[in-house]
Amino acid sequence: MSKEILKMQNITKIYGNGFVANKDISFTVKEKEIHALVGENGAGKTTLMKILFGMEQPQSGHIYIDGKLVSFANSIEAIAAGIGMVHQHFMLSDSLTVAENVVLGMEPLNGLVVDKKAAEKLTQQISDKYNLKVNATSKVKDLSVGQKQKVEIIKALARDAKILVLDEPTAVLTPQETEELFQQIKVLRENGHSIIFISHKLDEVVSLCDWVTVLRRGEVVASVSIEGLSQQKISRLMVGRDVVTTINKEKPVLKNRVLQMENVTSVNDEGKKVLDNVSLSVYQGEVVGIAGIEGNGQSEIANVITGVCEYQFGKITVNGVDIKDKSIKEIRNIGVSHISEDRLIYGSAADLSIKENLIIDRVDKSEFKTGPFISDKKVNKFVDECIKYFEIACDDRNEPIRMLSGGNMQKVIVAREFTSNASLIVANQPTRGVDIGTCDMIRREMIRKTREENVAAILISADLNEVIEASDRLIVMYNGQIVAYFSDSSSINEQQLGEYMLGLKKMSDDQIREVY
Amino acid sequence: MLSTYLSANWIGSFLYSIIRISTPLIFASLGACFTKKAGLMNMALESMMLVSALTGVLASAFSQNLIIGMLGAIAGALAVGGIICYCAFYLKTDLYLTSISMNLASVGGTVFALYLICGQKSNSAGILKSLSFPKIDIPILQDIPIIGTALSGHSILTYLAFLMVLVVYFVLNKTRIGLRITASGENPNAVESVGISVRKIRTISFLLSSILCGLAGAYMSMSYVNWFARDMISGRGFISMSATNISNASPFLTCLCAMLFGLSQATANAMQITNAPAELVSALPYVATIIFVFSFAIIQKQRAKSAKKKILVKIQKEQANDN
Repeated sequence: MSKEILKMQNITKIYGNGFVANKDISFTVKEKEIHALVGENGAGKTTLMKILFGMEQPQSGHIYIDGKLVSFANSIEAIAAGIGMVHQHFMLSDSLTVAENVVLGMEPLNGLVVDKKAAEKLTQQISDKYNLKVNATSKVKDLSVGQKQKVEIIKALARDAKILVLDEPTAVLTPQETEELFQQIKVLRENGHSIIFISHKLDEVVSLCDWVTVLRRGEVVASVSIEGLSQQKISRLMVGRDVVTTINKEKPVLKNRVLQMENVTSVNDEGKKVLDNVSLSVYQGEVVGIAGIEGNGQSEIANVITGVCEYQFGKITVNGVDIKDKSIKEIRNIGVSHISEDRLIYGSAADLSIKENLIIDRVDKSEFKTGPFISDKKVNKFVDECIKYFEIACDDRNEPIRMLSGGNMQKVIVAREFTSNASLIVANQPTRGVDIGTCDMIRREMIRKTREENVAAILISADLNEVIEASDRLIVMYNGQIVAYFSDSSSINEQQLGEYMLGLKKMSDDQIREVY
Repeated sequence: MLSTYLSANWIGSFLYSIIRISTPLIFASLGACFTKKAGLMNMALESMMLVSALTGVLASAFSQNLIIGMLGAIAGALAVGGIICYCAFYLKTDLYLTSISMNLASVGGTVFALYLICGQKSNSAGILKSLSFPKIDIPILQDIPIIGTALSGHSILTYLAFLMVLVVYFVLNKTRIGLRITASGENPNAVESVGISVRKIRTISFLLSSILCGLAGAYMSMSYVNWFARDMISGRGFISMSATNISNASPFLTCLCAMLFGLSQATANAMQITNAPAELVSALPYVATIIFVFSFAIIQKQRAKSAKKKILVKIQKEQANDN
């Protein structure tokens, strides 16, 4: 049995507002171990890691590293003790080179000048040793997401991290990139590092990790060896009940065409073609999934349909009406609703209440008015119905939406967009960063609306399992183009999708044209 | 009339005045490069310059030592910068509101201090025996017509200002603090995550900015004129801020922009001997600032637009060929 390198004992953290984020948590990582930390949103994973990294101070509990009692007042001390964190949002400066980012804070000097040669040498050495394949002299802005993540790993290794925390590292990666990352994580383990792997994706946990600790509502519910554990077992531990990740849905019955995009090309302000000759039709009664690596045109499809971005060529019609040069409001009135990918920037007004966020697009409708004034009575009735139907956990309808958890905030947005009587729902990353229970509810409700209310839906998601499970037909975007079309989503697997997403394969124009 | 303007002598001295007038703008706008790179606008250039102009005069008058005078000016600007950093970064007041109130306070505060010391509210001329920086004649160069008149015989601080362009470039691009300033301007979290205090970096960027503003202030009261006068900065800080913003904090471009503003001020001065209305003429540098800022914005937008249009036309042609 290898020795314990990290031991967090009886950690309790209560936030200022009385929320118990960690309750008497004990957590042990052994040397050369890949240790998964799983749990739903709000289960306390992030808080626990913040404590480990010195960003938060626990009310009680101790941390031992290599058997020695330590306490971290800030991240510098945690870094010095050999803890490295790869954050979900990259902590990189875009205009600097990889090497400059790596040495930031510990720059080698040559007199007064930063010794860039030494920095590059150090970076390249680490990159080569762990087979991370990053070029030290590239500018960070020219790197792919996967490479940026490797820069973060190098940053931690350059600071002699023995324990590496990876916070949902695969959320933004393709299956191929994920596979590569896993190989590299294993190399790290061979070299004596311990890895704490935080993930929502249980298949990854099962295939990669040695040990798993499951948190639920701030407490450890299990800390066991992965051997012999199934995904279902872990998932049950996480949510305390069975979650069905496969969705049984009826075959779609296609009726009228709702959305028609014909040879749509959109050029952004930098002069880049973000959509390149995209043709697509969506019918009543179906969900069309769009898969792709972020930044390959999926969001732009959502944005041109909903009027957020302009398109220069081609034609888009919704319910037979050309939407060229129409305002967002006009497009919504034609029958489009939009769950935006960024719920805090476009999806909601964080300081406004649940009630205000729910009616913000329809305050001018007569059904909510008495004479020229907004009728509180009518509004409240509608809001309460929404809160009940969508199971929004809140104290009061007047609570500001920023006080809600990510999942509940998303439920408010979904409630608004699903009740706007739209004939086309454009859902862009509707379940990103949302707990499993809410994900499940959003997907089911979307499918129900297509089947029972003749709505057409577009589902854009980085979660491949989600697009495959929840959509009926599926397209893959690469570089602004549709590169693959599957008339039956259930016929494909994530690996196949990955090849198209990376641009390794492309279907013939005739095959792709079928989606139109 | 026209012949006055076209003589070699006149052209030489006009160029000379551009450089003379640009000097404080160059110092201050270079100072603003530090904060701009750190992701913050230094709106307090104005008060830093005004306070340092006064403290420089006082320090040189009482010590009768030019170096102490210069240090006094820098100390004055550092005090202003220090107060702003303490309020904004440590007490968490709004940076820009703090800077604006500092600008307002310095206008009244310097007059108040002047009155206490000199019993005078308008200027220190004739009361304080403050010193001024020597002018340097450059051998050989000074004998060349036009160029000699334009480039030789400036205050030593003017030559320092041009040297500072290189120094600021060096500090921002080659040194440790420059790297950290750039990184914290782009992604403060990146800097924080490796254990560097962003607050500290921001404070340093403001203090570096203050030092350069101190030199600008010293130049104003010990070279440009040889006394302190109330409100003597009169918008130069804001003009410098525009120069930095237009040039996106690149030291060389910033210097060029500052000189462009110097040109408009010099033109205004030259026009004072014409029949043009005096009010209009003295408004010229400020109007020019607005025009420059607008035209740069419009040029940038037009450039993006025409680049996009070119691409759109190209795509249209491709599509026409396909069909």
